[in-house]
Amino acid sequence: MTSHPQLGDEPAAPPGAEAPTRALIERLQAIVGNEHVIVHPHQLKVYESDGLLQYAQRPRAVALPGSTAEVSEVVRACHEHEVPWVARGSGSGLSGGALPVEDGVLVSLTRMNRILDVDLANQRVVCQPGVTNIAISEAVGPEFFYPPDPSSQIVCSIGGNVAENSGGAHCFKYGFTTNYVCGLQVVLHDGTVVRLGGKELEHPGYDVIGAFVGSEGTLGVATEITVRVIPSPEAVRTLVAFFPTPRAAGEVVSDIVTGGVVPGAIEMMDNLTIRASNQMAGAGWPEDVGAALVVELDGAESECDTQFERVQAICSRHDAVDIQVAGSPDERALMWKMRKAAFPAMGRISPHYYVQDGVIPRSKLPEVLDRIDELAARYGLPVGNVFHAGDGNLHPLVCYDERVEGEAERAEELAGEIIVACVEAGGSITGEHGVGVDKKRYMSKMFSEADLEAFQKLRCAFDPTGRTNPGKVMPTPRLCGEVPGPYREHPLERAGLAERF
Amino acid sequence: MPAAHASTADPSTAAEAAEALRAAVVAGQRVRIAGHGTKLGWGAPIPLPDVELRTTSLARVVAHNAGDFTAIVEPGVPFARLQAELSGEGQMVALDPPGAEATIGGIVATGDSGPLRHRYLAPRDLVIGMQLALPDGSVARAGGKVIKNVAGYDLAKLFTGSYGTLGAIVQIALRLHPRPRRTATAIGTGDDPARLAAAAAAVASRPLEADSFDVGWDARGGAILVRLSGDTAADRVARTLPLLAGAGLETSIDEDDGALWARQREGQRSHDGVVVRVSAAPAQLEHVLRTARDAGATLVGRAGLGLSWLRLDGLADATAVARVQELREALAPAPVVVLDAPAAVRDAVDPWGPADPVHLALLRSVKARFDPTGACAPGLFVGGI
Repeated sequence: MTSHPQLGDEPAAPPGAEAPTRALIERLQAIVGNEHVIVHPHQLKVYESDGLLQYAQRPRAVALPGSTAEVSEVVRACHEHEVPWVARGSGSGLSGGALPVEDGVLVSLTRMNRILDVDLANQRVVCQPGVTNIAISEAVGPEFFYPPDPSSQIVCSIGGNVAENSGGAHCFKYGFTTNYVCGLQVVLHDGTVVRLGGKELEHPGYDVIGAFVGSEGTLGVATEITVRVIPSPEAVRTLVAFFPTPRAAGEVVSDIVTGGVVPGAIEMMDNLTIRASNQMAGAGWPEDVGAALVVELDGAESECDTQFERVQAICSRHDAVDIQVAGSPDERALMWKMRKAAFPAMGRISPHYYVQDGVIPRSKLPEVLDRIDELAARYGLPVGNVFHAGDGNLHPLVCYDERVEGEAERAEELAGEIIVACVEAGGSITGEHGVGVDKKRYMSKMFSEADLEAFQKLRCAFDPTGRTNPGKVMPTPRLCGEVPGPYREHPLERAGLAERF
Repeated sequence: MPAAHASTADPSTAAEAAEALRAAVVAGQRVRIAGHGTKLGWGAPIPLPDVELRTTSLARVVAHNAGDFTAIVEPGVPFARLQAELSGEGQMVALDPPGAEATIGGIVATGDSGPLRHRYLAPRDLVIGMQLALPDGSVARAGGKVIKNVAGYDLAKLFTGSYGTLGAIVQIALRLHPRPRRTATAIGTGDDPARLAAAAAAVASRPLEADSFDVGWDARGGAILVRLSGDTAADRVARTLPLLAGAGLETSIDEDDGALWARQREGQRSHDGVVVRVSAAPAQLEHVLRTARDAGATLVGRAGLGLSWLRLDGLADATAVARVQELREALAPAPVVVLDAPAAVRDAVDPWGPADPVHLALLRSVKARFDPTGACAPGLFVGGI
């Protein structure tokens, strides 16, 4: 089979390309069809970054398979040509997890966007990886819904959610992607297709689904995903309360949660993000307050009402400047629009901004906020704060102007110091965006060499070649080595004359 | 009493546990990890180990961060003691498997659970971090001590339910939940599996936010149990009854429901009989109930999750073996795993049941990386791992 130029003016493989590369591309074209292999530099540009634009790398080719069998063949071809490959969903990830590898193949799952089975009797949905997160809730609504709801849910794919173990505003109560995936079909590094789990919850064996979800595309690629969906809550009550300081809002969060109330969502925005979101979502929230707290309770109607009264009392006790209760679905939607606009809205008040994603034990919120203020002052850069307050997941937004010499670097350094502060408070370097390429330099702040070696054991169990999304997660490249055979004691050891280390 | 094994290791630190494993590897010895030994009969029968690594001296509650709803514990902590300590702050680990003697380590290592699983899911979902002692002598951490965290690989999930075949769990970070203030249970009884299953389907499709939602079956008939908690529990239980009555069940309310749920938990165990755990798709409940009835089994199960424990008591070993095989055929493709069983029964049937070869190859690959010499309870796990 011959390759056809994509745009007429450049050959599929540049004339200088080595014969093996040309052979691989021809094989990819034979598998998925010429129209589904992208090699033209202009078209490749679309794929050079994911949602994190700081990193860009064009792959050698992009393949767009349309079935599990095609994914398997594509990956097998990469394996046989000893070429690294990276899977990509919607490309909305925020850690560079889907950043292509130079001379590697990018496997884009966007054509695999069908929901295969809506099984409400079993409360399961089986879908292909390219299905968007919101499409699952739409397919089972309004009676049922799929709880993990990243802010990007309109565009992000379930395959990407599986890779990143995505969360969202409602995960404090409802859990993360990993708590909802019960079955996977996975293509491994050599093209092997393996089925893990199913509609049933317990399959004998190691919890490899648990290990795979959140592995950032380094263990293989999921080509079919079975998730649980659950009945939509009977009632939803949402309010926004305003406080003089984030610290006061933080105390409210503590009182609510330690009082035994488990809110569906509890989100905090500081003054800077309120002002930014006002410009974009136009809710007209007061701009002379220190923090806004969006609290949403959901569940059985009577229980919801009882707890909602309790929450309002707690807000009042902590000197809430104002409490607004959503009186209609539209008012609720506006409150959420304000919250979900926080990231993009920051672009209206700062030429550039860097989204950080760190986690702290919730009880450490006041001291970590002080520390962030201190760091922001030292660096002379504004930092907006948005959090999933229930689970201590912070999203500091570091504002900077790239046109000012050195400011981008300082912003990155400041964002790094914030992450170190999170780890020092007993938290994590990432709550939902993943490690990818962006955070791997911080892995050793959180994990020891022995921890990383243990991680590597898992990675090698799935892919001894290291060609599945290489360069992600681990701070330094590592090889797998052979699995040692059964250990035999050396006669000297037996005699106590030597010891192995 | 004859010595059950050549030696024991009783580490009191993570490093000591790792060293004990490494020493066993070097000496070519087989190690079994044990807490209070309440579930040592589970898994495939294996020869007595050379070394028993006990978690008895790894029994500290390292931290209870009440404000963060987390606790860090060592594996040998008796589960009952842990719950008692946490209840002082009105908190709990949202797990309630049977067995008063169990340790938290044993519960996590076997992935055991009870009726609370309906709302709070399984050990895998409540463990947020782990410290591990590995056969190569290293001590490694995975996860952390915060509820939300996606840094690094989730080895905690891999080790949860691994039956001590990859290495030893030496510390566990747990997510906690508020202890429910009051509870009440809606009960629907009947002797027709179709009606019981219809009632279960009606309950499952409603957003009741039940703490537990169980099914039971014995020679006298069956029941659907819905336990609600919170300030308005009694009111919501009353409103649940029509769902049960609508399917043709006799209904009642139990507002002092502790004994009722203790019985459900105990139904997952048998002292001298056979217990199998069936993991079916939830809508298979009627079929599972009929199969249990036809086999003369009693059943307790999580009605919304498809998990059932079938108990066969008072059978001759050969009959019990035949019955287990019949259950597997009748319930396929649902996995049917043998838990409690007399030695003769465990010798005669693979307790794990058949495994898909491609899946098994991946499991073997995991084992080979963590325990390359096969020191940790070889043969105990799925497919002879």
